[in-house]
Amino acid sequence: MALDKQTVYKISRLARIHVDKVDIDRYASQLSTILEFVEQMNRIDTDNVAPLSHPQDRLLRMRADSVTEHDRRDDLQSVAPMIENGLYLVPKVIE
Amino acid sequence: MAWETVIGLEVHVQLSTNSKIFSGASTSYGAKPNTQACEVDIALPGVLPVMNKEAARKAVKFGLSVESEINQRSVFARKNYFYPDLPKGYQISQYELPIVVGGHLTIDTGSGEKRIGITRAHLEEDAGKSLHEDFHGMTGIDLNRAGTPLLEIVSEPDMRSPAEAIAYLRKLHTLVRYLEICDGNMQEGSFRCDANVSVRPQGETELGTRTELKNINSFRFIEKAIEFEVERQIDLIEDGGTVVQETRLYDPSRNETRPMRTKEDAHDYRYFPDPDLPPMELDDQFIDSARQQLPELPDTKRHRFMEQHGLGPADAYQLTSDKATADFFEAVLEQTRGDAKTVANWVNSELAGYLNEANMVIESARIDPGMLAELINRIEDGTISGKIAKDVFRSMWNGEGTADQLIETKALRQITDSGELEKVVDDVLSRSREQIEQYRGGQTKVLGYFVGQVMKETQGKANPQQVNELLKRKLESGD
Amino acid sequence: MERHRALNAFITVDPEFSLNQARAADKMLKNGGSRPLTGIPIAHKDIFCTKGVLTTCGSKILSNFVPPYDATLIKRCHKEGMVTLGKTNMDEFAMGSSNETSYFGPVRNPWDQVRVPGGSSGGSAAAVTARLCAAATGTDTGGSIRQPAALCGITGLKPTYGRVSRYGMVAFASSLDQGGVLTQSAEDAALLLNVIAGFDPMDSTSVEEPVPDYGSELKDDIDGLKIGLPKQYFDEGLSPEVGVLVRDALRVLEDHGAILIDIDLPNSELCVPCYYVIAPSEASSNLSRFDGVRYGYRSEDYEDLVDMYMRTRAEGFGDEVKRRIMIGTYALSAGYYDAYYLKAQKLRRLITQDFERAFELCDVIAGPTTPTAAFEIGAKSSDPISMYLNDIYTISVNLSGLPALSVPAGFAGDLPAGLQLIGPYFSESRLLNIGHRFQMDTEWHRRIPGGFE
Repeated sequence: MALDKQTVYKISRLARIHVDKVDIDRYASQLSTILEFVEQMNRIDTDNVAPLSHPQDRLLRMRADSVTEHDRRDDLQSVAPMIENGLYLVPKVIE
Repeated sequence: MAWETVIGLEVHVQLSTNSKIFSGASTSYGAKPNTQACEVDIALPGVLPVMNKEAARKAVKFGLSVESEINQRSVFARKNYFYPDLPKGYQISQYELPIVVGGHLTIDTGSGEKRIGITRAHLEEDAGKSLHEDFHGMTGIDLNRAGTPLLEIVSEPDMRSPAEAIAYLRKLHTLVRYLEICDGNMQEGSFRCDANVSVRPQGETELGTRTELKNINSFRFIEKAIEFEVERQIDLIEDGGTVVQETRLYDPSRNETRPMRTKEDAHDYRYFPDPDLPPMELDDQFIDSARQQLPELPDTKRHRFMEQHGLGPADAYQLTSDKATADFFEAVLEQTRGDAKTVANWVNSELAGYLNEANMVIESARIDPGMLAELINRIEDGTISGKIAKDVFRSMWNGEGTADQLIETKALRQITDSGELEKVVDDVLSRSREQIEQYRGGQTKVLGYFVGQVMKETQGKANPQQVNELLKRKLESGD
Repeated sequence: MERHRALNAFITVDPEFSLNQARAADKMLKNGGSRPLTGIPIAHKDIFCTKGVLTTCGSKILSNFVPPYDATLIKRCHKEGMVTLGKTNMDEFAMGSSNETSYFGPVRNPWDQVRVPGGSSGGSAAAVTARLCAAATGTDTGGSIRQPAALCGITGLKPTYGRVSRYGMVAFASSLDQGGVLTQSAEDAALLLNVIAGFDPMDSTSVEEPVPDYGSELKDDIDGLKIGLPKQYFDEGLSPEVGVLVRDALRVLEDHGAILIDIDLPNSELCVPCYYVIAPSEASSNLSRFDGVRYGYRSEDYEDLVDMYMRTRAEGFGDEVKRRIMIGTYALSAGYYDAYYLKAQKLRRLITQDFERAFELCDVIAGPTTPTAAFEIGAKSSDPISMYLNDIYTISVNLSGLPALSVPAGFAGDLPAGLQLIGPYFSESRLLNIGHRFQMDTEWHRRIPGGFE
C-alpha cells in the first residue's frame, strides 16, 4: 500500500507530529516500504483465527475501592513545563 | 409540513466510588486544583491502570435494574485523541464489548406510559477540566476529575419530544440515586447529558441527520436546548437547507446552540483493546452479590404505596421520587395513629414546602420522622388543633423543640375543661347585650361573633365544637 | 576511563547517589540485615523511572525528566541493597536494534568500537561487557535484551511476560515489553532475577505465580533434555559463521546428554511483519502522553494548541520513533484496522500455537540469537527493514510472551555470537540451568575485550 502525500499529512495530524513539506515525500516512501513489508502477513490465511491481544489470554485482576494516594501536587508538578496556581497551562483551548 | 422530533440521549453518570476507576486517588469534589491527580492520573511515563472492582459492581447494579444483559466478559479499549484534559492522549473506555447491553426504562408521557430502549452502558474514565478564565491568554488544566469512574448510558432514539426526554432523564436520575451508584448532583457534573436530535416529516421512517448537543447540566437547559435545536433544524430544512451532522454547544445566556470548534480532526479515535488491561470477566457469584444489593426500585415502591397505603398516584409519585423521602414517609407512618393520607399531606406539602424554600434535602432537615409522628399524634388525640399544629411545625423546623415540649412551654393544649370554658363564655356574653338581642331576633349568624370572641380570649386554644354547643345552649335557654 | 567514556554506555551517572547507596549497603552488611546482592554495583537501563535521577528513555522529549517516583524493579533493587552506578544509554523509547537512535548518541561495541553493541539495551550490554558494572537491567520488546547480549558476548535473560513488573518502565509496546537482566553469566542472571521477579499489584498484567529460587536448579543434570531446533532458525538468513558457532554450542549440550530434534515453527517467518504492526500500533498510543503539557520537552515557539502539540512532538521525537508512531496510527485508523492490526493479532495467535505444538515435542527450543555478529555503526541505519530483520529469531518469543535466554556461543573472529534458548511459560529456572551447564564447560562468557580487563 503506497501512501500519497495527503495520507501522510492526515496521519501526521492524527499523530500530532508536524512534518515539513520538504520531508513529506521521504516519509511517504519510507512508510510505504514498511507497509509493503508488513503486508507479507497476507500470505497466511487467518480466517476463523481468534485475535490474541494479551499473551496467555490472561484475565483482569481488580482492586478494592480504597483511597491510597494523597496530595503530591508540588512533587508531581516540579517537572511541568508551565504551571500557575497549581494548574497546568496550555495555549488557549477554544470550544 | 408536520415534523416529528427524534431524540436519543447519552447520559454520563459519575459512579460514587471512593477512589478513581484506575488509580487510588480520591474522587471527592471541590479539592484544590490537581491535588487529587496522582501519578497515574497525570499519566507519568511508566504508570499503569488497575481496575476498581466497585465501579464494575455499580455498573452491574444498573444493568440489573433496567433488565439489561450483563456481559460477563467485557473489554477495555483505548479511545485515542489529543486534548489537554486527557493526560494519556487516550481515554480508557469500552467499545466492542461493553459491560451492559440492552434494557429499558418506562416513562410517563402524560398520555400514558412509554418504554424507552437502552442500547448499552459502558464503563470509562472521566477527563479533567479546562479552565478558560484568562491566564494571560492561556488555558489552565485541572486533572482532579481525570479518572473518575463514569457509566455512559446510551438510549435508543425513542423519544419524540423534549418533554419525553426530560421524563426519561428524571426517571434515570431517580433510579441511579435509588441504586446508590451516583449522587445525582448535576451542578457538580455527576449526571451529565448529551442529546442526539433530529427531525423528519411525520410518517417518515428513515432518521434525519442528527446533531449532538454536548454536556448540558440542568433539566431546564436540556429542554430549552432541544427545543431550540428542533426549531433551528426545521427552519433550516424549510428554507431549503440541510442539517449537518456536528457537535453543538448550548449557550444558556443566549438560549441558542452553536457548532463546537475543537476536536476538528479527532473523529478517527483508533479504538483498540487496552494492552495494559486484560479482558474483565465477572462470575455468577459477583453478579448475584450485586443483585442482592438492589433496593426496592422506584416503580415497585410507587405501586406498593398506592396499594398498601391507599395513596393516590400523585401523592405516591411525589413520595417515591426520591428514596430518602419515601423512607421518611414510611418511618412516620409506622410511629403514628394518623392515616397514610394525613402523613402524605404533611410530608408532601408542609415539609416539602419548607425544604424547597430552604433549598435543602430531606436528610438534612431538623425534623426527623419521630418528631413529625409525635406532632400528628397530638392532632389525632385532640391535644392541639390542626391550625396550632402548623405553628408547632414551624417552631420544630426552627429547632425550638419537639411537639410535646412546645405544647408545654407555649401552653398550647386545647381547653377541654367545660367549667373553665363556661367561665370564658359567660364573660363574653355579659359584655355583648346588643349581639344577644340580634341573635334572639333571629340573626343566628352573629354566633360567629361570639365564637370569635371566645377564641380570642383563649388564643385559639378552645375546642371549637365545645364552644359552639355551649354558646347555643346558653343563648337559646334565654337566661 | 577515557576508553570507558568513548563507549557512551551511560546517559547519567550520579556519583553522590551511588555513594549514599554504597554507605547504606555497608550498614546492611555490618548490621547483618544484608541480602545476597547487597552492595553489588548495577546499572539500570534509562527506561526505568528512578526517583530524583534523570530518566530520558534515550529521547529529547524526556531529556529534562526527573521522575517523582521509582519503578517497582528499581524499588526491589534498592531494597536488596544493590548500588546503582548509573542509567544506561538505549535506542530512543527502546525502538531500535543498534543503539543508533538514541538522542544521546550511539553506544560502541567494546569488542570493536566501530560496531554497534545491538539494541535497544545497548548501553547496559556494553557496560557489563566492559565490566563497568557486575550486571545491568534491560527491557526486551522484540529482542532488546537478547540481541545486544549476543552481539556483546554476555548473558541476557528475557523472562516470561508478567514475571517482572512493568510499573515504572516507560512503555513501548505494553503487550510485548518485559524487563530482564544482562549479566556475565547464567548464574549471575539467576541471582538478579531472584531480586526483580515477583507479583506487583500495580501492574494488571503481572502474574501471581510463585517465584522459585532461580539459583537452586542451576547445577541440575540435563541428561535426556529434549532440545528442539526450528528449521526456520537455520535457513539461508543465518550467516555461515554464526551457524557454525551455534552448532558447536549445541554439541556441548549433546555431550551432557541432551537430545537434539528438528521442529517446525511454520508461521515464525512472518513474526517480523506481525511485530511491526502490533508494536507500532501500541506505541502510537503509548507515546501520546508526551505532549509537552505535564512534563518533558515543550517546543519554544508555536501558534496555538495543536501547533504546540505538533511542534513539541516533531522536535522531541527522533526519526525512527516518528516513523513507528505514524505506522501505528495508520494501522489503527478507520478502514485499515482489520487489514493491519486485527490481521497481526490473528497471526500472533498462530505463532503462539506453533510454540505450543513444539513444546509437546521438546522441553526447550534452541537456535541463534541473531543472524549475524555485530555490524558497523551506520551500516543499516538508512534501511529500516534490514535493521528490523536483525530480530527475526527473537521477536516471536515476545509475541507469545515466552521466556528466553541468550548465552555467548563463541566468537566469529573477534566478534561474539549468541545461543538462544526458549522455554515454555515460567521455565526460567530450566533455561538458566541449561545456560549454566553450558558455561561450566565453556569460557566464552569469561572473555573480556582488550583494554577492559
